[in-house]
Amino acid sequence: MLRQIGLNSAEELFESIPKELRLARNLNTPAALSEIELLAGFERLAARNPGAGRSSFLGAGAYQHYIPTVVDHIVSRSEFFTAYTPYQPEISQGTLQVIFEFQTLVCQLTGMEVANASMYDGSTALAEAVLMAERVTRKSKVIACGAIHPEYLEVVNTYVQHAGIELIHADFDRGTGQISGALAELLDDKTAAIVVQSPNFFGCIEDLTSLAEQAHAVGALLIVAVTEAISLGLLKSPGACGADIVVAEGQSFGVPLSFGGPYVGLFATREKHARQIPGRLVGEAYDKQGRRGFVLTLATREQHIRREKATSNICTNEGLIALAATVYLETMGRRGLQEVARQCALKTAYAAKRISEINGFSIPFSGPRFNEFVVRAPVKAAELLGRLASEKNITGGLALSRYFADRPNDFLVCVTEINSRAEIDVLVDGLSGISKHKDTKTPS
Amino acid sequence: MKSNITKVTSHISHNEALIFERSQTGRIGYRLPPLDVDEFPIDDLIPKEFQCDNDLEGLPEVSEVDVIRHFTRMSTWNYSIDLGMYPLGSCTMKYNSRLNEKVARIPGFANLHPLASENDAQGALQVIYELQEHLAEITGLPGISLQPAAGAHGEMTGVMIIRAFIDARDGQAASAQRRTMLIPDSAHGTNPASAHLSGFSVKTIRSTPEGLTDLAHLRELCVGGHVAGLMLTNPNTLGLFEKNIQEICRIVHDAGGLVYMDGANMNALVGVARPGDMGVDVIHLNLHKTFSTPHGGGGPGCGPCCCTKELEPFLPVPRIVRSRSVSEGAPSEAAAKSDTYKLDFNYPQSIGRVKAFFGNYGMMLRALAYIQTHGNDGLREATEAAVLNARYIAQGLAGDYEKPFDADPMHEVVFTDKRQTRKGVHTLDIAKRLIDYGFHPMTIYFPLIVSGAMLIEPTESVGHQELDQFIEAMSSIAREAIEDPELVLNAPHSTRIGRLDEAAAARKPVLRWKPKQAATTAQT
Amino acid sequence: MANVPEDLHYSKDHEWVRVDGDVATVGITDYAQNSLGDVVYVELPKADEQFNANESFGSVESVKAVSEVFSPVSGAVVEAHESLGDDPEKVNTDPYGEGWMIRIKMSNPGEVDSLLTAAEYEDFTKAETE
Repeated sequence: MLRQIGLNSAEELFESIPKELRLARNLNTPAALSEIELLAGFERLAARNPGAGRSSFLGAGAYQHYIPTVVDHIVSRSEFFTAYTPYQPEISQGTLQVIFEFQTLVCQLTGMEVANASMYDGSTALAEAVLMAERVTRKSKVIACGAIHPEYLEVVNTYVQHAGIELIHADFDRGTGQISGALAELLDDKTAAIVVQSPNFFGCIEDLTSLAEQAHAVGALLIVAVTEAISLGLLKSPGACGADIVVAEGQSFGVPLSFGGPYVGLFATREKHARQIPGRLVGEAYDKQGRRGFVLTLATREQHIRREKATSNICTNEGLIALAATVYLETMGRRGLQEVARQCALKTAYAAKRISEINGFSIPFSGPRFNEFVVRAPVKAAELLGRLASEKNITGGLALSRYFADRPNDFLVCVTEINSRAEIDVLVDGLSGISKHKDTKTPS
Repeated sequence: MKSNITKVTSHISHNEALIFERSQTGRIGYRLPPLDVDEFPIDDLIPKEFQCDNDLEGLPEVSEVDVIRHFTRMSTWNYSIDLGMYPLGSCTMKYNSRLNEKVARIPGFANLHPLASENDAQGALQVIYELQEHLAEITGLPGISLQPAAGAHGEMTGVMIIRAFIDARDGQAASAQRRTMLIPDSAHGTNPASAHLSGFSVKTIRSTPEGLTDLAHLRELCVGGHVAGLMLTNPNTLGLFEKNIQEICRIVHDAGGLVYMDGANMNALVGVARPGDMGVDVIHLNLHKTFSTPHGGGGPGCGPCCCTKELEPFLPVPRIVRSRSVSEGAPSEAAAKSDTYKLDFNYPQSIGRVKAFFGNYGMMLRALAYIQTHGNDGLREATEAAVLNARYIAQGLAGDYEKPFDADPMHEVVFTDKRQTRKGVHTLDIAKRLIDYGFHPMTIYFPLIVSGAMLIEPTESVGHQELDQFIEAMSSIAREAIEDPELVLNAPHSTRIGRLDEAAAARKPVLRWKPKQAATTAQT
Repeated sequence: MANVPEDLHYSKDHEWVRVDGDVATVGITDYAQNSLGDVVYVELPKADEQFNANESFGSVESVKAVSEVFSPVSGAVVEAHESLGDDPEKVNTDPYGEGWMIRIKMSNPGEVDSLLTAAEYEDFTKAETE
């Protein structure tokens, strides 16, 4: 082929690159591995992740749920995972119809009117929601209230730091764990939006209806973030409560934990704001013979057309993960999702009751909860959980000292349908056994 | 009475309705164990007014086989790399190895929670660290963050780093005067959108008739001390290497700005030339292009941001770092055994976090597997094949289509519809007709500066025979455009649906299914 | 050939102006709608908003492009053609009639004199196409 285009060596292909810029040596990366060697290498690395094999009560924005076998089967189909963004609708109807179904499911679950084709994850979806609230209201003060996932707040901070948005934090109530009265004092007619997470970072369910009323009274929007999307199977949808923008992390819908990604951000709002939505939208369309199909639509909002005036810079989103969520939701269906949510809530209640009965342990927040709750231990939580892992082979939760220096003894426990009663009992026994030894001092 | 039986056509799968139209009350597709703790009313846990009050109305009720058939049928309406050549310019649609998929599904990675303790996740952190090291070597830029989830996200990260660096260098007051980002008129739309997100105003640089950055215009725009940086794609979106790249970097640096390179076209450079050696300060890569992680119908991606030592303090946190207790001189195996990997949050100048957790980790596993299976020589060979294939197409199509730039392209080549428009056949029509020949169309109407652009990127994953078939298909369409333009104008003729009325779809958008639609649709 | 009615005034940004006393009706020309393609959305200002001559008062979208629309004259908007929200295609089918966009009360009616006549506009578009 080289000779057919009149060249003698591969080096000549790169003549437009100045010679002094061409690499005169081989890259200092490893030599090629065979399939056997490669898999052995990765298996060795995987074996150094003991956290992956344990029974676990970790949540805090990423959740272990039952994943029906069909999910991975469908997302592994070549036709889905090796296709590009559906720019040519005649040969992309599979992807397009899936996204249309995804958008519909997201609307149904969030109680909203329009949803996009996905964002990177829950945290960036929340950041985009804040930017959108500023565009819609043309106001710049945003109040983040109560216990929002600390990493979500960091991402919002990064995104809005150059957008002229003033981000204020209204603290949570120390007794209930829910939002406190501090919010009322901060609200005024310069407020673009109230941002709330429900169930919040501590697992407590917020009163969204009341928040929506407070926001609307001053002409602000209510943005609701949901990190545990399974809760939508049991709780009143944010849309029904009056929310204006709902974002969620869709990982709970059939997506493996995979050390934090890829996950999928859900983004939904009211129809009147459809032209302010970030990211792609799929709509229904017909061909000349009246056959129904689907196309990417309202694209003039997007970066490839409106450039610096676009509603977002997002291009590649999380298409395949949105497919996984769609397969999950359709397989579980109406009754399956309700059953998973119900089991989560009841098992969590069981775990909370048992743990609160252990001598020295308490549950500091009184707000109603879905599948997560904070536990206060009589000893340092990080150390307690470390010993639980090494001695009992259980990951007992997340020590809140990771995010809150003033909560050394608190940890967040998450219980899902995956956790059997027996596992919960082992956790309870482990906590009670280890905390009895008073010699637990933090080694430095 | 009119029958409303949905007719079975030559393909039953062509009648597949929306899942909501298939739903039947009482069907289930899940299998869960029964509840093993005491059952009691949810009302005792959660106040009634916080509970769902519509019984999740509208969510589908279908069986497992319904689900399998539904998605399998829809999948057959998609074109995919596994079916054939997918020559979308600037998208680098290369083969996605199944081995990489297998790696990403190893339970020790797939079941690992992102908030697992460092002790519980040493293997996972090592993967991130090793990939960082490889990407640093490939780009010649030592500071890496794998946190960004896609190309545009990496761009935003890179541009915010430039802003933070200038703020630190010049002080807030002086830095406030530097709020201009220069972007060529041929750039991807994500560039100006990302610059805007970072608080910059955009000035557009013209391209020369040869398709390269206009140096005189660049110099002119650099006067006055307002320029924070330049965002440049190299090779640029016309597939041409910016051969003046060193001079371009010098001009921008002399004006006090930094150079950001959009790494969308790195598939032309891996193993051959490194942005860090060219004078570039910061770049993003698309692991879902150059490093073969699958596009998945629009994502997920992974958009690592790579920068110079000078910019490293500004990268997102946490950084993944290695600590090695054995001295550096020790035998490498002993050293490796003592390695531990940690999350380092202590970067006070960091722009902050751009995503929860660590980024799209599953994509990192696949990219590392790609680098390891190719080896250093294989990476370069892939680049050579990608460029050779594009050059072969450039030569093969020159007889039938207008090639607006003389220079030899790198990994992608742009043609136009100039000759075909005389018969009323445009780029869109050529693209649609290509579908009938069994190929996915090229990128069309991009870059915006080329009227009727057709941007073709074959990648290395196409053989000689398929390249010839593609060239023959394009030649045949060129003939049809003269002899039977209607045939081209009404294409495609072989697909499940014809061209859709996109104007009607945008005028009265229907963005979700609603129950009342069910009665009027579902018939073909 | 694009339709260019004799009795209107034209801008180089392809808007037309129909003058009735001190009120000017503004829309985009047949030539403009033709080069845009199918119009799918029109963004218009609210009544009472003020615009200077050559200032953008809204935008017109086709499936794959957005174009700003500029007011050829200065003044306050008396009425925006709200029904274009439901039927944006009127801009394509009847650009000089039902496709009108805003009525503006001119603060400086003399500005009309600096606009192009039908003949001048026709020459202008011819030059632009060549």
